[in-house]
Amino acid sequence: MANYSTNEFKAGLKVMLDGDPCAIVENEFVKPGKGQAFNRVKLRNLMTGRVWERTFKSGESLEGADVLDLDMEYLYNDGEMWYFMKTDGSFEQYPVEKKALGDTEKWLKEQVVYTITLWNDNAISVSPPNFIELEVTETDPGLKGDTAQGGSKPATLSSGAVVRVPLFINEGEVLKVDTRSGEYVSRA
Amino acid sequence: MIDDWRPTATIVTLRERARLIAEVRTFFAERGVLEVETPVLGHGGSTDVHLASLSAEATTPAGRERLWLQTSPEFAMKRLLAAGAGPIFQLARCFRDGEVGRRHNLEFTMLEWYRPGLPLAALIEETTDLVRRVLGRESGDDPVPLRRRRYRELFREALGIDPFTVPIETLRRLAAERGGLAMDDAPRDDCLDLLMSLVIEPQLGRGGVEAVVDYPASQAALARRHRDPEDGEWVASRFELYLEGLELANGYDELTDAAEQAARFAEDNATRRAAGLPEVDVDVRLLAALEHGMPAGSGVALGIDRLIQLALGHESVAEVMAFATPRC
Repeated sequence: MANYSTNEFKAGLKVMLDGDPCAIVENEFVKPGKGQAFNRVKLRNLMTGRVWERTFKSGESLEGADVLDLDMEYLYNDGEMWYFMKTDGSFEQYPVEKKALGDTEKWLKEQVVYTITLWNDNAISVSPPNFIELEVTETDPGLKGDTAQGGSKPATLSSGAVVRVPLFINEGEVLKVDTRSGEYVSRA
Repeated sequence: MIDDWRPTATIVTLRERARLIAEVRTFFAERGVLEVETPVLGHGGSTDVHLASLSAEATTPAGRERLWLQTSPEFAMKRLLAAGAGPIFQLARCFRDGEVGRRHNLEFTMLEWYRPGLPLAALIEETTDLVRRVLGRESGDDPVPLRRRRYRELFREALGIDPFTVPIETLRRLAAERGGLAMDDAPRDDCLDLLMSLVIEPQLGRGGVEAVVDYPASQAALARRHRDPEDGEWVASRFELYLEGLELANGYDELTDAAEQAARFAEDNATRRAAGLPEVDVDVRLLAALEHGMPAGSGVALGIDRLIQLALGHESVAEVMAFATPRC
């Protein structure tokens, strides 16, 4: 991979830092009146999701990271790995470890398309679509006539996620949920 | 269609900018300081190790030669001083390679002025007056206050160390901690610069103008040096002016000694060679002018784009420039 110098750092650039692939979030050029210039850089570690703040001497460089975001459809789980398939017609499949799946595990549904981040052709993270439709598998019985009150109760969805839903929702209904906030949006 | 043909400043801002620039000219006219214009291109460039100069190939009566784009109008203005110009100011376009960011632009406007015979302390006052004028807070109930801060005192307060005497290992460890980077074999000044930029600078100039004085002698650049009355350590006769965490100006009790100036140029180029940086042609005409004799006095360079940014309440210099670097 190519090397990138601090003056080429911009949001979204993928670089290697301490052995992990990172995405640059923010890059600020700082310089005292007379003297050495530095770049104050925020990077998101793509393995852990954690944001690092590092300072570099201006002109220093980092190795680029071979990182790619691809759309893939979720297929199945064999008890050890989760399998996804490219949507480009190649039918190429990628196994994903639990660690890479992270929180997305609770939003998994077959045939839904997810964004898989590959590093050196290995899946390192999975992002769900912003909105997903899932069936309620378990919740207290719905209360009639309570639609205006705005109360809520927990409901378990087919993927395993638990979300707060209005009191009138019943088991077996399909709901639209925002995966970013984990909030109920509407009936699907 | 791409939309980046548009200015980075609004037309309203550009009108305000023009008004403030006119205010600057009035300020100096009132004080009998002559406006001058000197070349942007010169045979000599800045040897400063921390400045990257741009250069251009030009055809002149001497043939094909390399000319340097100025990083400040200092050398040409000092030649005017040596020729007897008296107090002078200039709004000069300057170029510094690689310096692009919220507070930097590859080319920018420097307001630089020289005051033969004026002590540094008086120039700090005058620079603050100019800042007040541009901010529109000159008199009445709300004049911007000025506070003088010693470089050593700032490090003692913020970090609990004396920047001049602290062991280099302690300094490197502190810089590495604060910056999150390896400083294992970093020179002393790089550690100080890092701590200054990351820890001290952001807190400076809150609630008024702060003038930092008595810099380490190693950071003197083109300023004289004097002994710190506290313990006789050499310090640079220099100041930097801060407002709202922004460095606005850099002033010197000007070096007038030709031999000392030549030695500092040579030292810079030696450091450049050692660091694998390109050497810069020394301005021999400046040295000749100093040899002839330049009146003692003080001078200051002020980043007018930053001051206009603060005066108009903007977040970046790009917002007060017609076309900032990415759109040039």
